[in-house]
Amino acid sequence: MKSDERYEIRFSGSGGQGIITAAVVIADAVGSFDNRYVCQTQSYGPEARGGKSKAEVVISNSPIDYPKALGVDLLLAMTQTACDAYFFDIKPEGLLVVDSGLVPQLPTSRAVSIPFTRIAREDIGRELVANMVALGAVGYLCRQVSLESLKQALLSRVPKGTEQMNSEALQAGIEEAKKIDLDSLPRSVLSDWDDEL
Amino acid sequence: MLERAEIIRKEYLRHDKKFPHVWCPGCGNGIVMGALLRGIHGLQLSKDDIVLTSGIGCSGRMPTYIDFNTIHTTHGRALTFSTGIKLAKPELTVIAVMGDGDATAIGGNHFIHAARRNINLTAIIINNSTYGMTGGQYSPTTPFGSKSTTSVYGHVEHAFSIAELAVTAGASFVARGTVYHAVHLEEIIQQAIMTRGFSVVEVISNCHVQHGRRNKLGGAVEMITSYKENAVMIGKAAKMSPEELEGKFTIGILANVKKPVSSEQYQRVIAEARQNAEKIASEKETNGVKRYEE
Amino acid sequence: MVIVEQQKRVLLQGNEAIVAGALAAGCRFFAGYPITPASEISELLSVKLPELGGTFIQMEDEIASMGAVIGASLAGTKSMTATSGPGFSLMQENIGYACVAEVPCVIVNVMRGGPSTGLPTSPSQGDVQMARWGTHGDHPIIVLAVSSVSDCFSVTIKAFNLSEKYRTPVIILSDEVVAHTREAVALPDAEQIRLIDRIKPDVPPEWYTPYADNNRGVPDMAALGDGYRHHITGLIHDDRGYPTQNSQEVEKFHKRIHGKISKGFQEIMVTKAHLMEDAEIFVIAYGSVARSALKAVRDARAEGIKAGLLQLITLFPFPRKSVDTYLRQCRVVIVPEMNMGQMSREISRINQANCRIVKHNRIDGHLINPEEILRHLTTV
Repeated sequence: MKSDERYEIRFSGSGGQGIITAAVVIADAVGSFDNRYVCQTQSYGPEARGGKSKAEVVISNSPIDYPKALGVDLLLAMTQTACDAYFFDIKPEGLLVVDSGLVPQLPTSRAVSIPFTRIAREDIGRELVANMVALGAVGYLCRQVSLESLKQALLSRVPKGTEQMNSEALQAGIEEAKKIDLDSLPRSVLSDWDDEL
Repeated sequence: MLERAEIIRKEYLRHDKKFPHVWCPGCGNGIVMGALLRGIHGLQLSKDDIVLTSGIGCSGRMPTYIDFNTIHTTHGRALTFSTGIKLAKPELTVIAVMGDGDATAIGGNHFIHAARRNINLTAIIINNSTYGMTGGQYSPTTPFGSKSTTSVYGHVEHAFSIAELAVTAGASFVARGTVYHAVHLEEIIQQAIMTRGFSVVEVISNCHVQHGRRNKLGGAVEMITSYKENAVMIGKAAKMSPEELEGKFTIGILANVKKPVSSEQYQRVIAEARQNAEKIASEKETNGVKRYEE
Repeated sequence: MVIVEQQKRVLLQGNEAIVAGALAAGCRFFAGYPITPASEISELLSVKLPELGGTFIQMEDEIASMGAVIGASLAGTKSMTATSGPGFSLMQENIGYACVAEVPCVIVNVMRGGPSTGLPTSPSQGDVQMARWGTHGDHPIIVLAVSSVSDCFSVTIKAFNLSEKYRTPVIILSDEVVAHTREAVALPDAEQIRLIDRIKPDVPPEWYTPYADNNRGVPDMAALGDGYRHHITGLIHDDRGYPTQNSQEVEKFHKRIHGKISKGFQEIMVTKAHLMEDAEIFVIAYGSVARSALKAVRDARAEGIKAGLLQLITLFPFPRKSVDTYLRQCRVVIVPEMNMGQMSREISRINQANCRIVKHNRIDGHLINPEEILRHLTTV
């Protein structure tokens, strides 16, 4: 990564899915543990549960000026509504990661579908930690954060007594992501033109 | 008696402030001020430890003349300033003097919340049924049917009973007196200051210039004398029939209850928070260092 | 900027950094009322203040909050409140009192879309002129703006320092974006931070004249209960604090409270120049928009345009000197704001060099993005 380059991740879903928490954990890992520059923002409505929820993380090796995403490198969508709403400014080479159980309709073939919610419910035992399963996958696929830092940041941020469960969820997401061969995904062959557009 | 008056005049009034005061001849405010000073003198409190706050209006000018720490705040807000002072320096004795419009119209919300919160403050409310300083407009305690400069056809709204309002809102100590019953007033003010918790003294007072004149209630003497005739001690009123109580009002102590005082309870919060913070700090020392060294 | 590479960094939200700054500055009293997007400040202080022996209280409204803050400050405690537009409206009455009675205090306004209830969860810069002129009557006041998490920490400390030194309310304007952005920052240790406290009288109480002028224009301030019994009022007062209508005393009072701020212009007015040395065109921005502007300026430089950014930390007193210098240096200035042009009015007012002023105003509840500013930089 060149010094002033930005890597941008957008987490999206609905209120109550833990979207913002996931973004905060990765931001903490990058900023406090990996010692790189990071900026985490969010947009929210009046709902505490339901509605659209979006959180963004900008990562760089130099101080970050504009704090929000300008061209998304990785979009996580945990609902179809969020996927439809937040797909618009993903980069041509950007990666879409979705919850396969909740996002049946993909807007691009360059996408990774993982059943985060099902894994959380069936393998970990609590649907609530689907966000951490997704975070594991995002953390692995983005290649912007040390997985060790991610684990440490998660431990420092989750409520007491839930460390074990959340760590397992994160690990499950990492393992699931390891099965994916990013190089085999379709690419934007017209990316030079895309830039022009 | 005269000797005490002279001591109080010398000891408590500000002599570098040019008198006379702004109050009209015969105004009840001076009687309230006298009762307050005699009460404080009797309690032997240090002048340095007393904060006297006020709002806006005729009553608002009282602190200017008295040699305490005095704060003439904004209209209706005396209790909000007092709350900050008491919490920041709990060892101070904080007394707020307000008028009826000041305390129950523009400051009504602060008044009921101060009572609910039960901070250790004393509120003295001089109730003269009008906004005197601004020219005699109707206030929250102007009686139904009364005339004022904004109700020349007779007032169409009903009046608050300030002391009863304070009881309902949760004040620890509530009493009502009048400017006729000056000795009684001094006693209930003393009791209010000594009470731990929020205490309220409502003082029925005369504004013969604005309220009395427009409602044919006579001058200062007639108005003050009418309090003698119409005020009934609470204990006695309980034994009287509604017919006998027609046109009368009660004076005395309406509430005197012991309950937790929030300004004192907060010390528990501080102790608990400190303990908790120390625990977290020591945990960090054992776990945290390792975490960051990795 | 307080980022020090060697130190351990922590991930903080803008609102959390304001709390950290306030506590580091010695703030030990907070009164507030819940409001989006400022509530995190209250919530965190309700935990942190008692840990340090300080006091948090949630009042019945923002009028009461401001009253309690003034009361606590008069009792000798550094005090603060935080709110957003609707609450800031309610506070104006007692902010005026703090100006007249010269009570140090800090008011944080996390701006959201207005007027009225407006857009509670969206950013805005609509309260800029209100921060200057919100309370009635001529009054001096200091208004500072924050644009990043590290700003939130350091500007809050500066706000307390100025407030204590000049005995004046200081308003910090944040916005929803800054308030909720998280960044990893390294906070300096307490001993590295320069703090300023109000000067207390050292004369015997009987010699104390609470509002007497001195070479600073800032009278020594005794705390309630310290033995310096005196009168404090919102009425225009004489040197002893007593109400006056004497025209000479009234004029003297006004001139002193305005003069004390003028005397401190040098240290009060803070701006940050980015890439301004050889700039031919520049942007004046503050708050979160300054970050978009910096990105736009860098992108413009990459295209060979000699662009720069003048970021305003101090909004009022308006940093005339530094703005004037660059208005004379450049041919065009772009002024992007999330309002209808509240700061560009100030720039127009002092623009004697006839620099071309291009306003860019966005009021749809979204942060101005770099591309919008870049478009101006490349086309004008």
